[in-house]
Amino acid sequence: MPRTFDAPHPFPGRLIIVEGIDGSGKSTQLQLLQRWLLTRKYRVLFTEWNSSALVNDTIKRGKKKNILTPTTFSILHATDFADRLMHLIIPPLKAGMIVLADRYIFTAFARDVVRGVHRDWVRDLYGFSVRPDMAFYFRVPIDVALKRILSGRTALKYHEAGMDLGLSADPAQSFTMFQSRILEEYERIAEEYGLTVINATLSIQKQQSIMREAVMESLKNYRPAPFLKKEGNIYVE
Amino acid sequence: MSNKKRRYIGVGLPYHDTGELQGTLIVIEGTDGVGRSTQIEDIKGWLEVKGYGVVTTGWTRSPLMVKAIDEAKSGHTLNVNTYSLLYAADFADRLENHIIPALKAGFVVLADRYVYTAFARATVRGTSREWIRGVFGFALEPDAIFYMKIKINDLIPRVINTETMAKRYWTEQSGEGMDYWESGMDLRLGDDFYDSFVEYQKRVLTEFDLMAKEYSFKIVDAAKSFDETNRILKEGIEKILSDG
Repeated sequence: MPRTFDAPHPFPGRLIIVEGIDGSGKSTQLQLLQRWLLTRKYRVLFTEWNSSALVNDTIKRGKKKNILTPTTFSILHATDFADRLMHLIIPPLKAGMIVLADRYIFTAFARDVVRGVHRDWVRDLYGFSVRPDMAFYFRVPIDVALKRILSGRTALKYHEAGMDLGLSADPAQSFTMFQSRILEEYERIAEEYGLTVINATLSIQKQQSIMREAVMESLKNYRPAPFLKKEGNIYVE
Repeated sequence: MSNKKRRYIGVGLPYHDTGELQGTLIVIEGTDGVGRSTQIEDIKGWLEVKGYGVVTTGWTRSPLMVKAIDEAKSGHTLNVNTYSLLYAADFADRLENHIIPALKAGFVVLADRYVYTAFARATVRGTSREWIRGVFGFALEPDAIFYMKIKINDLIPRVINTETMAKRYWTEQSGEGMDYWESGMDLRLGDDFYDSFVEYQKRVLTEFDLMAKEYSFKIVDAAKSFDETNRILKEGIEKILSDG
């Protein structure tokens, strides 16, 4: 098995992912895209960057005993992702569906490097993943993101503010410091992997129309039929 | 012991300063059932009599991961990536919270298996050699790796004997006479545990033999008697410790 991430995937489906810091509006945009694809009769599978009970329990135990390190934290999330990839992402891709992922491995690249692991190492770690067909990065200034989050509710969540890193006792200040570093990593990643950058300060409708246009273009040669036969590593009709 | 500048197998741990690790990291590698653990137990006592502080560390014994790994293994739903990554998390936990602190404090660390076991198992399960080596790139390079080498014909009686099988089947109530994972049953390499074991272990041994060159293993013939293997291991370890 080669490092699958280094080459386009062999499946008939399409993998479209969105990335960006909390408050960038990426989830809203992905939901709107899903609506649109569904009305156009595409078969769509939606998946999020959530952790399973196995990993959550382990991380909880690690925190309680104070033995969790940046490396174990990172590997645990990669393990969880490997499991989701096998169970939730690869089957629909094999069946020829469009998989929409709210956050993907670039989330781990940004977050784990900010937490202290080596940039090359975390990229190696995720070498088993499927290369996305389209990857959108929603670029937004920190203060805009912060305002958006706080307009919906009164308090920042512990983790989105990076409170566990001990950067500042004030959640808003900690958020700004933590998310600025994440943002810096995202900028590097966007360049390195050629992510499609969306100006996330534009209106929701404007962003969505840019996104739909790009997706339409990339679906030009897409055939939604399930392909059941394999020739070598390629699925055929 | 002199202050050794440590090196990593790959990119390392950016947030650890390895300049200050003074102990000695000795690895005993070899496949399932070759007798590593019994040797390590004996060598630990022997070194302590000589006045060395010794800690041992073994595969999947990390406080962080032991529960998750047991659960995942009993579910038999692991694929090659999740299998390898769970081991990597276990290893990282032991490395950072057990091995590195012990080396800082000047202990001799005897490791019952090291990353090479993970490399062999992952490669046999079809992952790329390059990927799995990258995943474990944060591992420290040991001061010495003793490889207890054995041929499949000599390994079989070590695994298939009354004591081992009765312990597993009756005492541990596992319902298995041979171990599911040691037999590579997840790969279905044969009709039953025995056939699968033979094919799986042959492949694992081939990987170990390839790595013996790549990583300059010190080869110890493990087909010999316990005492003979023990003597050779002690000679080798004595040399490493006196070269400091």
